[in-house]
Amino acid sequence: MARMKFLCDAERCIECNGCVTACKNENEVPWGVNRRRVVTLNDGVPGEKSISVACMHCSDAPCMAVCPVDCFYKTSEGVVLHDKDLCIGCGYCFYACPFGAPQFPQDGAFGLRGKMDKCTFCAGGPEPDFSAAEFKKYGRNRLAEGKLPACAEMCSTKALLGGDGDVVADIYRNRVLKRGKGSEVWGWGTAYGKPERQPSAQPGGKS
Amino acid sequence: MRWVLTLAVAAALPFAMAGCGESPTVTVYKQGQYQGKPDKQPWDSDLFKGDKVAWEKAVKARNLGQNEYVRISGG
Repeated sequence: MARMKFLCDAERCIECNGCVTACKNENEVPWGVNRRRVVTLNDGVPGEKSISVACMHCSDAPCMAVCPVDCFYKTSEGVVLHDKDLCIGCGYCFYACPFGAPQFPQDGAFGLRGKMDKCTFCAGGPEPDFSAAEFKKYGRNRLAEGKLPACAEMCSTKALLGGDGDVVADIYRNRVLKRGKGSEVWGWGTAYGKPERQPSAQPGGKS
Repeated sequence: MRWVLTLAVAAALPFAMAGCGESPTVTVYKQGQYQGKPDKQPWDSDLFKGDKVAWEKAVKARNLGQNEYVRISGG
């Protein structure tokens, strides 16, 4: 069974925001809600690094743990989804999420906070597949079409990889071996667990 | 002495009960629901009509398509 994961390669991301645009377009996300965004560290300084951030569909999702109405669920593919009919828009998940993924539309009167919206790994929601209700609430269900999230498939430099964790990790491992650097994956340990303790480095070896 | 023992048992009881409150972490799909929320498996859509193998094949092809070392230069 596939365990769906995202991986962003900071060595490759060129901050084009193609993933953000793809997500917005594919899911018709409303103004003020960004399911995915590109964050640049040391912007303007030589050696700056950019990473594309969204819900990472954590193995042990903190949003699921803190939700007071238990609106989250995890599918057998490891995708963390939520039921907007149950969400009360309390914002607890926003505080719990290490990636700032949960978004809250504020288009109501007096800055009213609406129901939470986040990346669905293009897997829709509880409504019937391909229904108008599912599209309106959660966006497109590409996974049920046998496709991967639009952001990852759209990425021009393939910095953002999405899909089965084993396959994605293999692609990345192969890439790191070919280029000989940049093996650090941002957010991977936070989302999917810490890597096992490595044996201590040999004296004189490079880290 | 007896009240000390009773107090100790009373103090330890919440900790003992806390262990029983751990929720299961394994995803179970039964009767069309995930943890009480209705949803279908992706291969149950009209496109794949329950053919899990075909769905996995389609997703894997897309997955491997992200490896440009294989896609462009042939490995």
